[in-house]
Amino acid sequence: MANDTFDRVKKIIVDRLSVDEDKVTMEATFKDDLGADSLDIVELIMELEDEFDLEISDEDAEKISTVGDVVTYISAHQE
Amino acid sequence: MTRRVVVTGLGVVTPVGNDVPTFWESLLSGKSGIREIDRFDTTDYPTKIAGLVTDFQPERYIDKKEIRHMDLFTQYAVCAAHEAVEHSGLQITDENRDRIGVYIGSGIGGIGTTLSNYRVLLERGPKRVSPFLVPMMISDMAAGQVSIDFGLRGPNSAPVSACATGSHAIGDAFKLIQRGAADAMVAGGAEAAVVDIALAGFSNMKALSTRNDDPTRASRPFDKDRDGFVMGEGAGILVLEDLEFAQRRGANILAEIVGYGMSGDAYHVTAPAPDGDGAVRVMSAAIADAGIELTDIDYINAHGTSTEFNDRIETLAVKRLFGEHAYKLAMSSIKSMTGHLLGAAGGVEGVACVLTLKNGIIPPTTNYETPDPECDLDYVPNTARKCDVRYVMSNSFGFGGHNAALIFKKYEQ
Repeated sequence: MANDTFDRVKKIIVDRLSVDEDKVTMEATFKDDLGADSLDIVELIMELEDEFDLEISDEDAEKISTVGDVVTYISAHQE
Repeated sequence: MTRRVVVTGLGVVTPVGNDVPTFWESLLSGKSGIREIDRFDTTDYPTKIAGLVTDFQPERYIDKKEIRHMDLFTQYAVCAAHEAVEHSGLQITDENRDRIGVYIGSGIGGIGTTLSNYRVLLERGPKRVSPFLVPMMISDMAAGQVSIDFGLRGPNSAPVSACATGSHAIGDAFKLIQRGAADAMVAGGAEAAVVDIALAGFSNMKALSTRNDDPTRASRPFDKDRDGFVMGEGAGILVLEDLEFAQRRGANILAEIVGYGMSGDAYHVTAPAPDGDGAVRVMSAAIADAGIELTDIDYINAHGTSTEFNDRIETLAVKRLFGEHAYKLAMSSIKSMTGHLLGAAGGVEGVACVLTLKNGIIPPTTNYETPDPECDLDYVPNTARKCDVRYVMSNSFGFGGHNAALIFKKYEQ
């Protein structure tokens, strides 16, 4: 489940941020490792909400810093 | 003594070519870029044709992620700016970047992005509107993006004066260098407004040609059977430099820019003043600014939109100002081939003026078949003309009554 979520998240990140697949690890930070600015992150969260059919509140979105944070959040909120 | 300003680089994206050599070759051979619109369904539109950029490859200059975050008008500007800066050979360094600026305007800005997000808003609500909507739609973003791409930290702005935008940008940039506020400027216009709502709006003004069955002959400036303009899109960018700055780096100088005039019609939102008053005053102001005689002008790159109004009144204005000399100078409109690039028109026409001086060839007015008694000047009909040209004037007139005229001169030491 977590693996599947990671792969789907990774696919969106690679497409949206135009980064190499191997850069997208659970530990990678959006800002420093993946070169996303604040607008990229807002857009990415919209995409993830669509992809996983859930809503990420602004408060929760602000806590997200790594790819792992996103995967964990989605896994916890998907049931 | 005022500083002399020269042109050292050119770049374009146009319906007749996405680089300067292709663009120029098309103009000299009379090739049209007007075609049927295939980007949306035009069934219910009286006009179904436009001057469209084809085979555009933004990834040549722009990162894939960035392409998605730039409206098409900004992509056109960035690609044309890359060609212009490369062409100039200007090396941007930490020593000079604060003295090099960008003036690139757009008449309409990111209308395509605005509309696609409006559809999202209606269908899916406010939470799905892109965080990139605002930076993509605002008309100044071409200037902003080009400065970011090249690290140009000098004067930066974006005039908006409808179809005179590109010429105002070039003229304002020229003046900045002339008065010492910058050493070089990347200047011009960009537009990408061939979208459904703009086509509908222009159509309902009865401003557009409806010659849908014969697209390449639809834009016919000064011809008696003209029936309106044809929308176009693209970008035209010039690199302007202080002469001494250019000489110090051994630049290849293409032409000099020597005059800039501005005027307002103060008459009507879309119609030109019936006696051509605004046009007379803007051309006169440019000639005064250049400090030359009326008879020095060899060629006018006309606004020449192919509307009944513009072409008749522009002709009248040239005759009122130039008198006898109006019949001696040449005047052509490349809009006969490119269509009307709106805010980018002054940019690409500025490029055409520099190429005219550099190569000693005047591009023709194509589709000129039936003379109009009210348009009786030498429009360089249908065939390019070899001719030694020393001073050229580029006219641009925008809705709102904004007029701009530029004078370029063959470069002499």
